[in-house]
Amino acid sequence: MNETRSLPRRLAALALHPATAILGLAAVVVAGQLLGEGFWVTLAARAAILALAALSLSFVLGQGGLVGFGHAAPFGLGAYAVLIAGEHGIRDILALLPLAFLAGAAFALPTGALALRTRGVYFIMITLAFAQMAYFVFAAMSGLGGDDGMGIAGSATLLGWKFLRSESNLAWLAIGLLAAASLFLHAATRARFGFVLRAARDAEARTAALGYSVFRTRLVAWALSAGIAGLAGALMAEQTGFVSPALMSWHRSGELIVMVVLGGARRLSGAVVGAILVVLVEEFLGQTTEYWKLGLGLLILAVVMARVVDFGSLLRRRADG
Amino acid sequence: MSFTLLAVQILNGLQFGLILFLVAAGLTLVFGVMDFVNLAHGVQYMLGAYLTSVAVAKTGSFGLGLVLGLGGSLGLGFLFELLLFRHLTRRDHLEQVLATFAVILIVTDAVKAIFGAAPLPLPVPHGLDGAIELMPGLAYPVWRLVVIASGLAVAFLLWFLITRTRTGMLLRAGSTHPAMVSALGVDIDRVFLFVFAFGAMLAGFAGAMAGPILSVEPAMGDTVLILAFVVIVIGGIGSVRGALVASIVVGLVDTLGRAFATDLLRLVVDRSTAAQAGPAIASMAIYVLMAIVLVFRPTGLFTGERAWTRAA
Repeated sequence: MNETRSLPRRLAALALHPATAILGLAAVVVAGQLLGEGFWVTLAARAAILALAALSLSFVLGQGGLVGFGHAAPFGLGAYAVLIAGEHGIRDILALLPLAFLAGAAFALPTGALALRTRGVYFIMITLAFAQMAYFVFAAMSGLGGDDGMGIAGSATLLGWKFLRSESNLAWLAIGLLAAASLFLHAATRARFGFVLRAARDAEARTAALGYSVFRTRLVAWALSAGIAGLAGALMAEQTGFVSPALMSWHRSGELIVMVVLGGARRLSGAVVGAILVVLVEEFLGQTTEYWKLGLGLLILAVVMARVVDFGSLLRRRADG
Repeated sequence: MSFTLLAVQILNGLQFGLILFLVAAGLTLVFGVMDFVNLAHGVQYMLGAYLTSVAVAKTGSFGLGLVLGLGGSLGLGFLFELLLFRHLTRRDHLEQVLATFAVILIVTDAVKAIFGAAPLPLPVPHGLDGAIELMPGLAYPVWRLVVIASGLAVAFLLWFLITRTRTGMLLRAGSTHPAMVSALGVDIDRVFLFVFAFGAMLAGFAGAMAGPILSVEPAMGDTVLILAFVVIVIGGIGSVRGALVASIVVGLVDTLGRAFATDLLRLVVDRSTAAQAGPAIASMAIYVLMAIVLVFRPTGLFTGERAWTRAA
């Protein structure tokens, strides 16, 4: 492409390329399997699952400018879809994943149709409101364990084969879905659909004046994003073997926003990098100190302030004054 | 459901609502005037309760402790604004969300490291720890009445400040036309600094007043933050009047819902269904309320002409 780019810039572009992060996760799984480090495999699977959820949010947040503060709801609904289907004897992954997708999308369509009437901070808050409603509905369902949640019937099968018994198969499934979703969403952003979505983000009135239905485009993107979040939730249920309303708490919605914005909301791959970063910080600071959130907070603050504060002008002003 | 029980719950709802108002007033001012999304507002509420608790324990007097706690909250407000938030105003909302979320993580863990995760004691001050009989058969804790009275007093004070003083005029002008106000020779950054610190002090005051009723613990700001956001969104961002109305409505709906939803449901469905659905409906009630308000009035109840901070 651009021949004049300097080496550091090219390296940075390579590091931020979506394929790099996904291949990195795959490499960790391979290394973990070869060295018998089960913990690496589990960690890579967890990072891939959360990256998938963050990626789904990034599609609406970065491309569509729709700051959803309730993405934990479709994520949790995907997990509950696995739990409920398992209670009814459906354990095949080929049935569970579509069900989880549908659960997320089916929640997002009506709530999104109402939420999309509002803009800006009001949109943030109405999506939070719907997520909180879902949280409290499941917290009250004593048949599904209520507040405490309950374990899923067993790990999923593939055409009768106990496929997800193995942690590394789950990791491969998560990484595969993450790669597929990345490719698909990337293609969607390059298609006319993606252009309309971005145009509506930047100039809603003009896009509408050109004859595009901003509302319909946003609603489709919103439901698609929620469906993918549902897939991530289903994988999370498979990994932990346990589903509880805590999956839908607003803390998780906030965490997903942090992942997306930390990695950079403008490009889809930012969400993947952000999610991996947060999982790593959580895991490795969590091993060394009880107060790992303080470290995570300092890291986030450092990233934001580095982006926001114009240190050069501050220094100049000191020198002038 | 006797009449006294209903009266007690209404008073509880009013008291809860006015605590929410104290938090939401600062939040809505900072939001409306500076266009700044401050997730760390709940932390300022928590810090207010901690500072007051520590000061009361050191000085042995609630009044003195409260004054010190408020001073501390105000100081922390100045500190946060000068060090961090000043650089974030006029930036993307998402950057603000991220930075203030980081502040929540840092301060909550720091408080945990310093004071421990266990709640700190903050006793009801001497002489206000009893109950008085409002009418035959209805005794109500004095402290909760003090909370109601001070919430209403702050509401009056804010109304007076915003609509009847020169400072308030600057504030209203600054919220709608910051560039113009700045061009007229007003240091708008200074106005923002004082608004922010004042809001932090109000949140700290709310924490100090709620401390004796709830418990003083590191996570106490979390729930209040979300509820305060619900309040300012229902009321309309930037509107102190909206915050007052919405906080009282939210306080009443939440408290009455928790007290009576199960009993009311029993009138229409059987006992076990009601016992299960009642608490869920009660917890959801305020979010349903917010969603309904936003569907019909996408920018909240009090906006434009009817808000105090916008043209009055």
